[in-house]
Amino acid sequence: MDIRVQEAAFDFGSEANAFASRQAGMGAVVTFTGIVRDLGTASLSAMEIEHYPGMTEKALEKIAKDASSRWNLGDILIIHRYGRLHPQEMIMMVATASRHRADAFQAAEFLMDFLKSRAPFWKKELTRDGADWVEAKDEDEAALTRW
Amino acid sequence: MDVLYFAWVRERVGRAKDRVDTNPATVMDLIEDLRAREPRYQAAFADLSALRVAVDQELADFNASLKTAREVAFFPPMTGG
Repeated sequence: MDIRVQEAAFDFGSEANAFASRQAGMGAVVTFTGIVRDLGTASLSAMEIEHYPGMTEKALEKIAKDASSRWNLGDILIIHRYGRLHPQEMIMMVATASRHRADAFQAAEFLMDFLKSRAPFWKKELTRDGADWVEAKDEDEAALTRW
Repeated sequence: MDVLYFAWVRERVGRAKDRVDTNPATVMDLIEDLRAREPRYQAAFADLSALRVAVDQELADFNASLKTAREVAFFPPMTGG
């Protein structure tokens, strides 16, 4: 299990390669990455991500442990950034490895659903008109009930 | 105990952290203590349905006991990912 909370950018390609190459006996690797959307005319200039140091790491570890106990996984990688990010920058990534693909796919979705509303991160969108905190969506909370 | 604020709760309160020495029994008692401080705390704690709380870095309920708590944090629903 490899969990990193960092301000610095990460290289998605090398992280995915390094993760895949250390999986002995695993036939499947699934990755997901979240990117700051370029809203074009909506003039999003940056996104600021705040987090709760200490609790963030604990929450991510718990989510990863829960995933490991539910599916037959070889390994899990979670990288989540904080600080100021610009459109098209990568915010976070998860990778899961398993012997067969179903476990890796489902575990990656599970990780993302819980990361959205159970890991203490908050996003603020900065536009030319000002700054707004991104509001949590009801559907994100509802997504947890399927697990 | 230390009381931490994040996101718009931090902005409304106007600070990231407070020290509270009144030994409130529950989260709700702590909120009442904070509301009594200044109008900006009342503004931050006006609508509890918009708030989440963590006690010692674990999500908790507003009626959670603070008997052994060292750190309480208030924040809006999380928006990670």
